[in-house]
Amino acid sequence: MNISPFFKVAITVIGIITVNIVSAQSENMVTVQGGTYIPLYGVDSTAVTVETFSMDIYPVTNREYLQFVLEYPEWKKSKVKRLFADGNYLVNWESDNSFGNQLAADAAVTNVSWFAAKKYCECQGKRLPTVDEWEYAAMADKSNPDARKKESYNQLILDWYEAPKTFNNSIGSTFKNYWGIYDLHGLVWEWTMDFNSVLISGESRKDVDKDSNLFCGSAAVGASDLMNYAAFMRYAFRGSLKANYAIRNLGFRCVQAKGKNNKNVTY
Amino acid sequence: MNVQPKHIFMNTQLTKKIFLSLILAVGFGSLILSCAKKEKKVYESTADIPANREMIAELTSPPHVPTPVGDRKAKLLKVDMEILEQEGEMTNGVRYVYWTFGGTVPGSFIRTRVGDEVEFHLKNHPENKLPHNIDLHAVTGPGGGAESSFVAPGHEKVFSFKTLNPGLYVYHCATAPVGMHIANGMYGLILVEPEGGLPLVDKEYYIMQGDFYTKGANGERGLQPFDMQKAVDERADYVVFNGKMGALTGDNAITANVGETVRLFVGNGGPNLVSSFHVIGEIFDKVHVEGGDLINENVQTTLIPAGGAAIVEFKVDVPGTFILVDHSIFRAFNKGALGMLKVQGEKNKTIYSGELEDGIYLPEGSGIQKMPSTNGVVESEIPAKSMEEKMEFGKATYMQTCFACHQAEGQGIANAFPPLAKSDYLNADVNRAIDIVLHGKTGEITVNGQKYNSVMTAQTLSDEEVANVLTYVYNSWGNSKKDVTPAMVKSVRNK
Repeated sequence: MNISPFFKVAITVIGIITVNIVSAQSENMVTVQGGTYIPLYGVDSTAVTVETFSMDIYPVTNREYLQFVLEYPEWKKSKVKRLFADGNYLVNWESDNSFGNQLAADAAVTNVSWFAAKKYCECQGKRLPTVDEWEYAAMADKSNPDARKKESYNQLILDWYEAPKTFNNSIGSTFKNYWGIYDLHGLVWEWTMDFNSVLISGESRKDVDKDSNLFCGSAAVGASDLMNYAAFMRYAFRGSLKANYAIRNLGFRCVQAKGKNNKNVTY
Repeated sequence: MNVQPKHIFMNTQLTKKIFLSLILAVGFGSLILSCAKKEKKVYESTADIPANREMIAELTSPPHVPTPVGDRKAKLLKVDMEILEQEGEMTNGVRYVYWTFGGTVPGSFIRTRVGDEVEFHLKNHPENKLPHNIDLHAVTGPGGGAESSFVAPGHEKVFSFKTLNPGLYVYHCATAPVGMHIANGMYGLILVEPEGGLPLVDKEYYIMQGDFYTKGANGERGLQPFDMQKAVDERADYVVFNGKMGALTGDNAITANVGETVRLFVGNGGPNLVSSFHVIGEIFDKVHVEGGDLINENVQTTLIPAGGAAIVEFKVDVPGTFILVDHSIFRAFNKGALGMLKVQGEKNKTIYSGELEDGIYLPEGSGIQKMPSTNGVVESEIPAKSMEEKMEFGKATYMQTCFACHQAEGQGIANAFPPLAKSDYLNADVNRAIDIVLHGKTGEITVNGQKYNSVMTAQTLSDEEVANVLTYVYNSWGNSKKDVTPAMVKSVRNK
């Protein structure tokens, strides 16, 4: 990836800001205790161990993102490089310096690319969650760390697909899960660090075998695997993305690794 | 495939050319003759048919189909298809979020001819939540296009394919979970006509069956979410033509005139059920079995597999209303798989003597019917909060349960089912009316001076529903405007 000159400046700025922001932001994060689980699709469909990390309680909002673009003008609507964000980047924002009155200040920011989301998190001294981290945190309902087998949990997720215009709902308007995190389901999709590492790597031709899981294999899922349908949709959605896409129903939140030797990110 | 030369056309062409060649020098003449021969060219493979000029494909919503290809040459055909996730009405008072190709279920009809090179633009509306793709059974290639068309919301994918085999094909979304995308309405038909086109007929229509799975039972009001468990168990709540109940009945019926030949392009999107497609009172003169080349003649009912299609043709000889059904008959009368073809024109008493009652084959609704004598009914649904709601809910129940016999305006059917409009029998005794709805009625009664001797089955409705439907009946069509309450129903029930 070709990183533009601002990067150097950004690093300096981050260096100065990080210390303050980390302590300030941490109060809006909660700890997710590590553990081992079997995701719908691990890279090889085996158990995945996630180390303890902390996650933003809410998705990043329009208000917060506005602060970010004011601080880092290269991420303003009209300034952003097309390589890093397509033509839908902040498409519903009124201008470079305002999201306007059609969008709620405390609604999740959407129409942001992966590059932008990643940069935002880095500037807060955080990073995007991995798919494994995100799925691990999101399999909790109000009272259980793993509610994937519960019918009510799955129905709640499926219902979201049928609710129109949820992207403009306020953060915190869905339920608080076992870890104390809101809105993992029910508002918007969320970017993950390695969104394209499972199933589809960007060059779909060489992934034909993996793709077949997505396109046809799902038909083989039996009734006992009902829980997978909601997850299927997330994986399918992630598989359709490219890193510069900016989509109406796609936002993000950030995480922080706890220990210094955290192995959640292996690349 | 062998391409049939059009003899008459070629002959006149040839004559012209030969005439020209006589006038011109012999050398030139032979040159022109060789040109004429070239036009006759028969391609060994349909893959060799050249497609030159560009053309924008005409797309139509059901039940309409685009203009036949006729004798046009193979072209570069541009198809623009937009995917929309949108709320629609399954039946009165029941809403459903459909996922659609082009805003309708089934999706827009695509009409091509063999040898066309189709440039397919698949657009996923920005407000949509999910990625989609399209698998066209008319495509020769991996995934039928699914791989190349996987498109995120707010994006557009373009791919192209050449139509090699003539026939009627299903297209559908093939994004995981595939069954759910299809169950929500993501299917349609693409026709590939042979060289020179299908023989012309008078009327052509587009019909596609699909099964739907909702959280609530058939008829339960409100926005109904998709029910994955029922879909996996193949327990459909609705089996319908063209995406909803009533899409092809009443004012939406398809039409023809006596003496015309009707061609129906019939598809089955599934996701689960196979259709036994039948038109009551007609025999299919021709069926392109499974949408292919094989033509069967004189067919009563043709089987259409899920993810398959058939072309059926018949000449309509007599006027009347012909009912299109899935002859797995409870689907037709209780789950919605019912459409109408209305034929106008002169009667032909030799072919059919008449006496057909227009509209007698109407949906009976989802209420489980029993012969008189019943006990125990599940109390259901949200109570009506106002008179308006009572009328609205009552009408919904009426259209589902009573409409088939008593008809839309309560007029009944002469000599068979008594009228409810301005009915002296109804207005005379409200408790008797409640009792009949609850327990059914057999034997002779006199209504507005006419004798009726028939059976009304007991209706399995809750007190709430009975109160609503009777209030609706009493406050419509010149009746006495009584307000029937659930308490009144309860007291009759407990008698």
